[in-house]
Amino acid sequence: MEAKEAMIAGLEQQSRKIKCHIVEMFNAAGHGHFGGSLSCTDIVTTLYFGGIMRVDAANPKWADRDRLIISKGHGAPAAYGALVEKGFIPQKWVKEYETLGANLSTHPNMHAIPGIDISAGSLGHGLSIGAGMALAAKMDSKDYHVYVILGDGELAEGAIWEAAMASAKYKLGNLTAIVDRNFLCVGGSTEDVMPVEPLADKWQAFGWRVVMIDGHDFAQIHAALIGSKAGGNQPTVIIANTTKGCGVSFMANKREWHGHSISEEEYSQALAELRGDCKCTE
Amino acid sequence: MHGVMDSSKYKKIRDAFGATVLELGEKYPDMVVLTADLMYPTRTDKFAQKYPQRFIDVGVAEQNLVGIAAGLATCGKIPLVADYANFLCLRAGEQIRNDVVYTNLNVKLAALSSGLTFGVGGPSHQSYEDVSLMRALPGLIVIVPSDAKETGEAVKAAMEYNGPVFLRLGRDEEKIVYHDEFKFRIGKAITLKEGEDVAVIANGPMVAEAVAAAEMLAMEGISAQVVNMHTVKPIDQAAVFACADKAKLIITVEEHNVVGGLGSAVLEVLAERRSCPVIRIGIPDVFPIIGPTFELREHLGLCAANIAAAAKKHLQSS
Repeated sequence: MEAKEAMIAGLEQQSRKIKCHIVEMFNAAGHGHFGGSLSCTDIVTTLYFGGIMRVDAANPKWADRDRLIISKGHGAPAAYGALVEKGFIPQKWVKEYETLGANLSTHPNMHAIPGIDISAGSLGHGLSIGAGMALAAKMDSKDYHVYVILGDGELAEGAIWEAAMASAKYKLGNLTAIVDRNFLCVGGSTEDVMPVEPLADKWQAFGWRVVMIDGHDFAQIHAALIGSKAGGNQPTVIIANTTKGCGVSFMANKREWHGHSISEEEYSQALAELRGDCKCTE
Repeated sequence: MHGVMDSSKYKKIRDAFGATVLELGEKYPDMVVLTADLMYPTRTDKFAQKYPQRFIDVGVAEQNLVGIAAGLATCGKIPLVADYANFLCLRAGEQIRNDVVYTNLNVKLAALSSGLTFGVGGPSHQSYEDVSLMRALPGLIVIVPSDAKETGEAVKAAMEYNGPVFLRLGRDEEKIVYHDEFKFRIGKAITLKEGEDVAVIANGPMVAEAVAAAEMLAMEGISAQVVNMHTVKPIDQAAVFACADKAKLIITVEEHNVVGGLGSAVLEVLAERRSCPVIRIGIPDVFPIIGPTFELREHLGLCAANIAAAAKKHLQSS
């Protein structure tokens, strides 16, 4: 148990560092998608640092690597932070975020960023692409796993459900979707803008194995991801209940912080809160 | 034009496509064919039978069709998407743009039943915007083969090429342009007939009409060059310049809206470097009436007689 507790503590510290990178990026640009980047950071952190994803910073295009798709492309800064910490990309890119010709920008470009498996941005595309990757693994009898992070607002896109049907048809046990269920989209509550509940029932009806977790509880995230690796003949969806803007008090659960500018004061306070008792990078 | 067509003069495009796809399955072990419940209509059923592990049918879901193809391509597969042109380009247009072309993935997009080739299907099943739309995507190769044999050659060339390719293909019988073997190279126009007075630059099923128009004009003492511009992008600029330097008039002919297709591409080339009158023959920016393909083409002026008439009228008045 001690080893597990130490791992969980390590993940929490790691996540704080990544969240600091996110705030640094958005501060450099003067604005950013704070809410949805911070809500999925604990999940992204666990994928990269919880012994879940098989990747190699020295060989980002390694054919047998696990794949991660940030289908909610505006959440990619969480992955950027993780890729900095993993050594895929240099830390100086953080300060260059969104500058002319920068590698890191609002939405990810696979050809500019080592470790990004597919370009993204427009919502509703990622699950189909993930299904394609998972199909390729099965065709080649390879054992890599494909993870797709979906936004809950994104679930209003019809293409997601096309992909959900196909993934069940082709028995893609090597595919895991993680719904960043923060209950907020650009216009307010997902349940007001376009209700997605009963969400677990929907996925189950589409032939998926459904796991419900607290998306900020590292033990639960870790257990769910380990469980989904077992795969079998069924794709897994992890519905992770999260808080938009998690980690920064004045952003948490605030619709306005989906995309927002940031003042010097807000920047300082956000960093102070995120650093907490850990020493984040300068 | 109903009933059986003379097989020495006409050949079915879809059959040629399906046969080529089947043949290529052996040469390319990484080739994967995908359809959206159009296995039989796209004639990919024989490939599906022979290579069931390399055949994906996503049902009537074009966005997912192209998305899955993109995912496969990131893992080293060579996906060939077989769909109808309008559903592919319009319903899945954003997946083509973002997931295949922006990412520069090795996906082949075979857009069958294009233009007026399903004339009785009406505008919901016809496609006259696809070349214009696809041509605006940076780096995408856009090919419009003329007949059954060239369809096969174009599919082969697309598979040989490393990167995204859009193949605008027909449906049923089209006039044979190529009876014998010939060399097909992406981006290299083919001059089918030399001529001095007028140069007709055509693609798709309009190549056969251009050839017939040249024969009509020859009987009236007008010499017409016929160029098969099978690749609209990248367009063969040298071939266009050569036409402009020699002929008094260029006529472009395509089974596509006159907005944004071959005619526009030729004008773009000429506007920068040469001056030569150009007449664009195509669908005149309308949703056409419904009718059998060949009758509908004739109604819209997409036929040899109209090409010849347009050439004569211009040459006599100038």
